[in-house]
Amino acid sequence: MTDVGVALEAVEASGRGALRMFLRNKAAVIGLVMFTFIVLVTIIGPGLYGTDADKMVARPFSPPGDELAPRLGTDYLGRDVLAGIIGGGRTTLAVGAVAAAMSMSIGLLVGSLSGYYGRWLDAALMRLTELFQVLPALLFAMVLVTLLEPSARTVALAIGLVSWPAAARLTRAEFLRVRELEYVKAARAIGSSDRRIMLRTILPNAMPPLIVATALTVGIAILFEAGLAFLGLGDTSTISWGSMIGNNKGYILEAWWTVTFPGFAIFFTVLSVSLIGDGLQDAFNPKLRGR
Amino acid sequence: MALARGIGLRLIQAGGLLLAVVVLNFLLIQIAPGDAALVLAGQYGSGDPEFLAQVRADYGLDQSLLVQLGAYLGNVGRLDFGRSFFFNQPVLDLIADRLFATLLLAGTALAFAMVVGVLLGVFTARRPESPVSHGVTVMSLVGYALPVFWTGIMLIILFASKWDLLPVSGMSDLRYKGGRFGRALDTVEHLILPALTLGIIYLAYYSRLARASMLEVLESDYIRTARAKGVPERVVVYKHALRNALIPVATIAGLQFGALFSGAVLVETVFNWPGLGRLAFESILRRDTPTMLGILIASATLVIVANLLTDLVYRLIDPRIRVGGAR
Repeated sequence: MTDVGVALEAVEASGRGALRMFLRNKAAVIGLVMFTFIVLVTIIGPGLYGTDADKMVARPFSPPGDELAPRLGTDYLGRDVLAGIIGGGRTTLAVGAVAAAMSMSIGLLVGSLSGYYGRWLDAALMRLTELFQVLPALLFAMVLVTLLEPSARTVALAIGLVSWPAAARLTRAEFLRVRELEYVKAARAIGSSDRRIMLRTILPNAMPPLIVATALTVGIAILFEAGLAFLGLGDTSTISWGSMIGNNKGYILEAWWTVTFPGFAIFFTVLSVSLIGDGLQDAFNPKLRGR
Repeated sequence: MALARGIGLRLIQAGGLLLAVVVLNFLLIQIAPGDAALVLAGQYGSGDPEFLAQVRADYGLDQSLLVQLGAYLGNVGRLDFGRSFFFNQPVLDLIADRLFATLLLAGTALAFAMVVGVLLGVFTARRPESPVSHGVTVMSLVGYALPVFWTGIMLIILFASKWDLLPVSGMSDLRYKGGRFGRALDTVEHLILPALTLGIIYLAYYSRLARASMLEVLESDYIRTARAKGVPERVVVYKHALRNALIPVATIAGLQFGALFSGAVLVETVFNWPGLGRLAFESILRRDTPTMLGILIASATLVIVANLLTDLVYRLIDPRIRVGGAR
């Protein structure tokens, strides 16, 4: 077996071990169950619940518990708050997933090139990363969305564009670390191409921290989407948790339920993702547990 | 000597970064769909032909891209960020008016998060299995997952409608007629909830960071030596260990300034705090592009300066960096 094969084998074995560790971690499993439940609700929930989130169903500002009102009350237009929560997750989760995928892809590309090739390419790419790091991310995203016309697509694009530097730095650090290891030298000695070394030899070994970072990035992207939607930046024709809070923010003292429940939806979604991330961290790196 | 050279190098880098921020801003104007003059004039300004002509002349918009870039850099270099048609004021004045409020809010939030976070971190590092430690772990998870604007709204509901304890909007009470001391106290009252809202996220973060850093330092050789010498535990923890454990916390605090500013946009919007963040939100609602872009440049400049200061402090407090270059 080649050294590369041995390295991959070791990674797969540690992957199985990590899965076992993950499943033994109570908080992580709770996170996973919570997240699965939230995803299922946003996919099949609207069909099951049946009430249109855009429709006026009762008097505006009917409180929860009111006989004529739906379970979680109605908002300033008399729309069902519960229906909004069930239907509003779709945009948030989709934008969060696309933005996180984009952020991780850019970060992975920049970080791996930078860490592997070093020298001037590293210097140039790190200056670029610094440039994106000194721009306050939310403000930068707000400007991008406004200049490019607000829609779910531009929101995802903007979040991806402003949030990749952390992933790039992490990937670079991992590539710098793994690059100097024996089996990478061995792979180079047997004449593997740069591409092959980067993708097949280094990347699998740099994967664990990147997987953890992906979970955290999804959480951050969801919070970003919610923040932008709260400010009214996004596709105004679809309901999202953030926009529910933003639209009702003028009436928080009269109708607390219109802003409180959508916030819980955002909170539990991000919490579940970060529980999964923490669980992965512990599973991949038991020595750091509890830190 | 090495210190001076290191600082000089960082200053040059910071200057380059600033230039890159301005160039990026210029590119943003160019990639926006539509006429650059309309973008630069903002929604309100683009209806006024005289103002549009003025903008075209100011930015050399009828000339080549390179000339336009030169004109843009020249304007920004003279601290001319354009004019807000909506306010009929130079953007720089608008920013200067609101800068203090944002710095006050962000500074208070950061100080709160750092002081309380470090205290919690030290406490939990010494007693990892205590109920307080577990509480802090849960709190840091919760703090991370809270949408900051929602935390603010929840605090408003609690403190204004349920308990009627603290003011929840603006920076001062307009009806207030008192002395200077009374007015300062009034501002402090207005500051508490927004600063707490903004600080909570970072509190979660710093307590975790301080704890990890403290755990690491407490295991190091020099701490064992100090203990073996019979130095009292109090002195070991608060004098020997804490000093080194603070280095990563201080470093991260400086680097987090940009994130703090992002949070300030949301918190200022929720609490009607008259700072740069709320101005950014309002200028986006009004599509007042010059103001929006001016704030982006100004805030990036603040972040660059904060990073530079952190780096200086870091070099001064950590002899390993001061003497031997990078670790």
